Amino acid sequence: MSSRRPVFRHPNLPKNDLGYTRRDYEGLDSTLCAGCGHDSITNAIIQACFELSIEPHRVAKLSGIGCSSKSPAYFLGKSHGINAVHGRMPSVATGANMANKDLLYIGVSGDGDTASIGMGQFVHIVRRNLNMVYIVMNNGCYGLTKGQDSATADKGSSSRKGRPNPFEAIDLCETAVQTGAGFVARGFSGDKEQLVPLLKAAMGHRGFALVDVISPCVTFNNTPASTKSYHWARDHMEATATFDFIPSRQEITTDYVEGATQNVTLHDGSVIRLHKTDNSFDVTQRWSSLEAMEQCREKGQILTGILHVNETLKDTHDILETTDKPLNTLTEKDLCPGNQVLTKISENYR
Amino acid sequence: MNPTDINDPEYFHGVIDCQLACPAHTPVPEYIRLIAEKKYADAYMINWESNVFPGILGRICDRPCEPACRRGRVEEKAVAICRLKRVCADNKEDVSGRLPDVSKKKNGKKIALIGGGPASLTVARDLLPMGYKVDLYDDQASAGGFVRSQVPSFRLPEKVLNEEVNVILNMGVTTHLKTYIASLKEFLTRGYDAIFIGTGAPRGRDLDLPGRQAGKLFIHIGIQWLASVQYGHIKKSEKITLVIGGGNTAMDCCRTARRLGGKEVKVIIRGTRENMKASPWEIEDAISEDIPILENLSPIEFVMENDRLKGTMFQRLQPDSDGDPEKVFIPCDEVLLAVGQQNAFPWIEKDTGLVFDDAGRPRVNKITFQSDLAHVFFGGDAAFGPKNVITAVAHGHEAAISIDLFCNGRDLTQRPLPFTTLAGQKMGMKDWMYNSAVSGEERQNVPMAPKVKSIKDRLMEVELGFNPQIGLKESRRCLNCDVQTVFNVKECIECDACVDICPTTCINFLKNGPEEDLRSRLSMPAKNKSQPLYVSDLLPTGRVMVKDEDVCLHCGLCAEKCPTAAWDMQKFTYKPPKAGQR
Ligand SMILES: Cc1cc2nc3c(=O)[nH]c(=O)nc-3n(C[C@H](O)[C@H](O)[C@H](O)COP(=O)(O)OP(=O)(O)OC[C@H]3O[C@@H](n4cnc5c(N)ncnc54)[C@H](O)[C@@H]3O)c2cc1C
Ligand SMILES: Cc1ncc(C[n+]2csc(CCOP(=O)(O)OP(=O)(O)O)c2C)c(N)n1
Ligand code: SF4
Ligand code: SF4
Ligand code: SF4
Ligand SMILES: [Mg+2]
Repeated sequence: MSSRRPVFRHPNLPKNDLGYTRRDYEGLDSTLCAGCGHDSITNAIIQACFELSIEPHRVAKLSGIGCSSKSPAYFLGKSHGINAVHGRMPSVATGANMANKDLLYIGVSGDGDTASIGMGQFVHIVRRNLNMVYIVMNNGCYGLTKGQDSATADKGSSSRKGRPNPFEAIDLCETAVQTGAGFVARGFSGDKEQLVPLLKAAMGHRGFALVDVISPCVTFNNTPASTKSYHWARDHMEATATFDFIPSRQEITTDYVEGATQNVTLHDGSVIRLHKTDNSFDVTQRWSSLEAMEQCREKGQILTGILHVNETLKDTHDILETTDKPLNTLTEKDLCPGNQVLTKISENYR
Repeated sequence: MNPTDINDPEYFHGVIDCQLACPAHTPVPEYIRLIAEKKYADAYMINWESNVFPGILGRICDRPCEPACRRGRVEEKAVAICRLKRVCADNKEDVSGRLPDVSKKKNGKKIALIGGGPASLTVARDLLPMGYKVDLYDDQASAGGFVRSQVPSFRLPEKVLNEEVNVILNMGVTTHLKTYIASLKEFLTRGYDAIFIGTGAPRGRDLDLPGRQAGKLFIHIGIQWLASVQYGHIKKSEKITLVIGGGNTAMDCCRTARRLGGKEVKVIIRGTRENMKASPWEIEDAISEDIPILENLSPIEFVMENDRLKGTMFQRLQPDSDGDPEKVFIPCDEVLLAVGQQNAFPWIEKDTGLVFDDAGRPRVNKITFQSDLAHVFFGGDAAFGPKNVITAVAHGHEAAISIDLFCNGRDLTQRPLPFTTLAGQKMGMKDWMYNSAVSGEERQNVPMAPKVKSIKDRLMEVELGFNPQIGLKESRRCLNCDVQTVFNVKECIECDACVDICPTTCINFLKNGPEEDLRSRLSMPAKNKSQPLYVSDLLPTGRVMVKDEDVCLHCGLCAEKCPTAAWDMQKFTYKPPKAGQR
């Protein structure tokens, strides 16, 4: 019996700008079911962080409860990590982000953790535009508790139990656009070619970035009648546009045809370049994004890719006008204005 | 690329690097697993079937398998395959009951073997169980060939040699020892159905330099000198001995001279140490026995004084020095020449029907080992020049197949095929019949006899071999390259789990293309062209699965993580063809 991953890696593993190999971004061995989509997303996160040369110790991983929420253990083993109560990851993320705004916050949640028990927390963290990447590993069920339908399960879709889901589904991407998210994207665990750049773009965005990833649960929800199965996702995937993610350090050289291409420059200077087939879609407009998603929904398609970007929004710290320095670095000297000032303030209230 | 045909027996054979590299195609991982289970006799017999001399080869094999070993590509050092072979030979219980029955019933065919080295002995072993009558002729007092007369006892004790040679002789070989065959023409009249010539490459090259004749009492041809030591005619060496040459013979000469009382023994080579022909471990051993290796020196004269050798004059060979080459005089009392070995067939007449090339070698078919005389076969060093024991054994197997086909009036080119099987290894969800965990242990060092003692006694074996504990540790380093990853394209749902788990990034799903292009597009480009790509049929997404076999650890994780069992671990057994098999 093995299961423990061998110590050896490919001898020619490339190094990134920090001199790290992909291996330096790995975590513990996964204990999820063989073939679980969550493991693929984990690997996409590892790849994205490696490619962006992110320093592992500058990352905080956050999650709630669920198979999906276990995955932060499986990537970035040298980063900070907090495993919160079911559905409460947004509050913990908010607190952490308030204390130290200089870290990259990667939240990992499930459709149950987010759209059922955590729905209230979710919409509020979106409205506040907390600077973080929020990844939903969306399998349409509660995997950890044996596959009950979740709030993102499509109406009529049936899991291994075989009973079609009678309720309407929540589309987290639409919800996020409506509640003011500045970056909304959807991917599929079985398509890393699209998913890795989506994650990289989300990490380049400042403010709340939702990446909703269809992530089949092979054990409970990978039936032919499930709309969250590998087959269904492959057959019904429709992309907003193909796109290139151009990191900030890379020079933009290639020419493009005006009209069919839309460039969006992100906060960190990197650029998303969309190559669209349909000119009517404007990724920066809420109405346009919602319209595109609704049209696909009507046709029974799953719209993937970058669904909405708005780089003009203020994040929580900007809105609250906090100081530039992370709060956890402020000393007593910074915080206490001194007797003289305090006395003056007190005078005002006499 | 076209989908890989895994039913071609050579595909998976190519993945078992060591077995492919072994001239006799010994199933290495199979016997290494048995060592880990302490089934030494089983492991020994697997070796005996393939390479005939496990105890001998477990000590002195040239080890072409080790540079090929996958472990050497994954980390620094190969599995110590050769030393593990010795573990099974040293620790086995009595195997006499497992040896083939030699039927008393003879098939009426008479075969002669000229030369009693490993090639001839292999032919004898392969043919005897089938009822052939086998006569062996050798000019020495005992069979064993160069392994007896040349390989020093401190590397191979006589007891080990005798044991394995006698097993074959006791199968019913009629020996004609101390019998030099002086004429092939005469021999051809003796009425043998087939003759196998395994007379080796018995002539050591000489150096015709000024002083060679005058100094002949002090200057010896290495292989002749080694034989004289082995047979006890030479018991002592002079104070300062120079060994000229950089091959394995030179290493045996210098280490033997040290043991015969040589205070100062030096090896002189024309080139540099990196380019020496000797095996790296032999060079290391010589150096550790205080034998310096002097580089870039070419001998030009043996200098005598008062009828004694005074020293040797060399010219320094410097790659790009201009001006007169520097001369270097090295004083010495004795010189051993180890500058090459040649074939010599003074006993074969020109008009027997055999055809010889300029190097004095007979024309021999590379596959059948048949010569221009239909019933005369060659093998071992006699066929294509000096090589090593395992090559001689491999030749012996092929020649035995040919002799058997020939004696049955069959076409020699219609050779029997290897015997292969593919067997599932699954026991449970994550349970395999082999130990799939990959050990991180480094290559184990072999315990040695204390130098102060071994340097005084040419009969004392230097390497003590692995004890069972070290043997177990080393055997766990084997990656089980015969347990193959078998892909069933119809089951795959393209979930990527195998791609994600594979520690060495072997597995890819991508659009097909020509081999060059595919190799460059893999997530880790497949630069080692000697290793195959395993390509599947088309998948539903229009892609193909491409696995680079190069650094696969055979850890089975892809199969453990595959939700549909599209990957399976299956043990591939490859038994090379044998004489008598059709
Ligand atoms: C110093 C030295 C060290 C070596 N060390 C190693 C080693 O560590 N590992 C390794 O794998 N290989 C080693 N070799 C090479 C190895 O010994 C040979 O490759 C191998 O023995 C060849 O086997 P063979 O059966 O072809 O013939 P040989 O072993 O050469 O046997 C031929 C026999 O035929 C006899 N013979 C020749 N002519 C006649 C005739 N006309 N009539 C009767 N008998 C005759 C010879 O006396 C000899 O006994 C070494 C060689 C030398 C010289
Ligand atoms: C407060 C609370 N309520 C209920 C549970 C039981 N529970 C554990 S995981 C889970 C659902 C997880 O679903 P999801 O977030 O979709 O994760 P998945 O396992 O599908 O990846 C539930 C209901 C819990 N742990 N805590
Ligand atoms: S139960 Fe489903 S979601 Fe959980 S690990 Fe298994 S496949 Fe993944
Ligand atoms: S056995 Fe499978 S997982 Fe292990 S190294 Fe080979 S291809 Fe990769
Ligand atoms: S794990 Fe199995 S099903 Fe998934 S991609 Fe690999 S071979 Fe296909
Ligand atoms: Mg879920």
